[in-house]
Amino acid sequence: MSSLTRTSGPRRSRTRSPMAAPQSFLWTRRIVLTLLAGFVLLPVYVMVSSSLKPLQDVSGKFQWIPSTLTIQPYFDIWETVPLARYFVNSLIVALSATVLSVTIAVFAAYAVSRYSFRGKRVFTVTVLSTQMFPGILFLLPLFLIFVNIGSSTGVALYGSRGGLILTYLTFSLPFSIWMLIGYFDSIPKDLDEAALVDGCGPVGALFRVVVPAAVPGIVAVSVYSFMTAWGEVLFASVMTNDATRTLSVGLQGYATQNDVYWNQVMAASLVVSVPIVAGFLLLQRYLVAGLTAGAVK
Amino acid sequence: MTATVTNPEVDKSATGGKSRGTGDARRRLPRIPDRIRQGGLPYLLLLPAVLLELLIHIVPMIIGIVMSFRQLTQFFINNWGAAPWTGLDNYRIAVDFDAPIGEALLHSFFVTCVFTFFSVGFAWLLGTAAAILLQESFRGRGVLRAIFLVPYALPVYAAVITWAFMFQRDNGLINHVLHDQLGITDEPSFWLIGDNSIYTLIIVSVWKGWPFAFLMLMAGLQNIPRELYEAASIDGAGIWQQIRRITLPSLRPVNQVLVLVLFLWTFNDFNTPYVLFGKSAPESADLISIHIYQSSFVTWNFGTGSAMSVLLLLFLLVVTAVYLILTSRGRKGADV
Repeated sequence: MSSLTRTSGPRRSRTRSPMAAPQSFLWTRRIVLTLLAGFVLLPVYVMVSSSLKPLQDVSGKFQWIPSTLTIQPYFDIWETVPLARYFVNSLIVALSATVLSVTIAVFAAYAVSRYSFRGKRVFTVTVLSTQMFPGILFLLPLFLIFVNIGSSTGVALYGSRGGLILTYLTFSLPFSIWMLIGYFDSIPKDLDEAALVDGCGPVGALFRVVVPAAVPGIVAVSVYSFMTAWGEVLFASVMTNDATRTLSVGLQGYATQNDVYWNQVMAASLVVSVPIVAGFLLLQRYLVAGLTAGAVK
Repeated sequence: MTATVTNPEVDKSATGGKSRGTGDARRRLPRIPDRIRQGGLPYLLLLPAVLLELLIHIVPMIIGIVMSFRQLTQFFINNWGAAPWTGLDNYRIAVDFDAPIGEALLHSFFVTCVFTFFSVGFAWLLGTAAAILLQESFRGRGVLRAIFLVPYALPVYAAVITWAFMFQRDNGLINHVLHDQLGITDEPSFWLIGDNSIYTLIIVSVWKGWPFAFLMLMAGLQNIPRELYEAASIDGAGIWQQIRRITLPSLRPVNQVLVLVLFLWTFNDFNTPYVLFGKSAPESADLISIHIYQSSFVTWNFGTGSAMSVLLLLFLLVVTAVYLILTSRGRKGADV
């Protein structure tokens, strides 16, 4: 996975100094990186190994090496809680929020990057500062707004997927806009000016020229948006009901009054993590490239 | 991909740290041809974003502030406009540190400060170390980078629930190692209730948070011109000196944003303690967002909860403003 070098050009692909690194540096590197990898992978190992143990083994003393291996938990997880339904809910919510959020962010970032207009600074500063709001501050008002919109117009936002989609898409919007502005700024204006000369409208120029050139940045914010929606807990715990519950809340269903089915919890955690981790690792080079061009300038 | 990271000590020719963002934009504006009749188009493009920000962030925030001046209990949920005004009473209750509610809030604030300090500190330290050590290419670098990003990619609840399992008293890995294998503790300790909870929380939060620092810093390292290192090594600077004199100073602009973002996220963190401890956090790990959530939803006292949220927002605003002023001044000073 030397992908980073591919996306960012050959500049920093090789050893950065012609001088050989001294032993002290090499040993520091080996030790620190090994410890970090251990720290990072420890829970992953626990997740994988415990998901393959029978219930009595995860209820007793922890075993580094499972004494009995079973794949039964992977069948049981779908029975104990309606995991498939939670999965579908999470997928619908996260995908819709991502598509909408990225589309809206592309328009907004294009406006900020390419035009001068009154209120531009107010817009960017306000959008960015919403990142600082404690979620808890607008959880309850938002809950009240949704309930009241529901009772006055009949549009059920509270308890529905729609309400959750609306909420999540605005969570990732500020960061997406911010990052895309930086990315669009790095695309030469001559390109879309040429498209305008050729008779494209401004929106045509956006979709035919700017968007194709900004694919890495757009992939990066899509990954970010999807992960934000897929992992959110606070609003999901308040804004959903039995039918619309997402994975983040649903996984708590493996704990009953008396017992926690830890092997099933681990199996379910693994099942809900694998798609997103795999997708992320495949697309991470875009995220690094996107951050390099956009956010970290 | 313009390398606009300016290095205050080495590279003085670039645009200069402070004025980058706005300066660039201003310089570019006249280049937009007159024939683009922009009219209301930019506003039209911004409209969806503005409407959503208003609906989900701005309006609820204003309502939250209004609510903090009302005596809002469960009786007024469906008709919150009818809740009686109470002036500053909610704020008085929240900051009356002699009474139980205020005392608990102050304690929670203190816990959150300690938690944030250590969590952000370690996350930043690990992220910096990993980013610098992975800067040069060597065998296995790509694999390590992928591994290090796993905690960032894992959904919060899946990762934190695994940590919760590891920290179980009777069947968890941590006590198995500390008590059964190493014999450090006489008795298996409790990690998810009682005084140890704060350590648990910090460990989990660092594990979850440091890859973001790593990611940002890795991206920041991309923008350091290679020539700097070549020049330095011709001048006889060793690798440690290069890290100290070139890499770390060059990362300052990234760090300015990174530390602030980490601080805000960590201070407001709800997901980690909520999944780790459930609805009622142990006293030693009673983070402010959990505390406010409890004050609002468990005791159904929304007015006081809102007042606490507003106080929290004010605190974050002040800290952010002071931080930005201090760090920007520092950078300007270094440029001169």
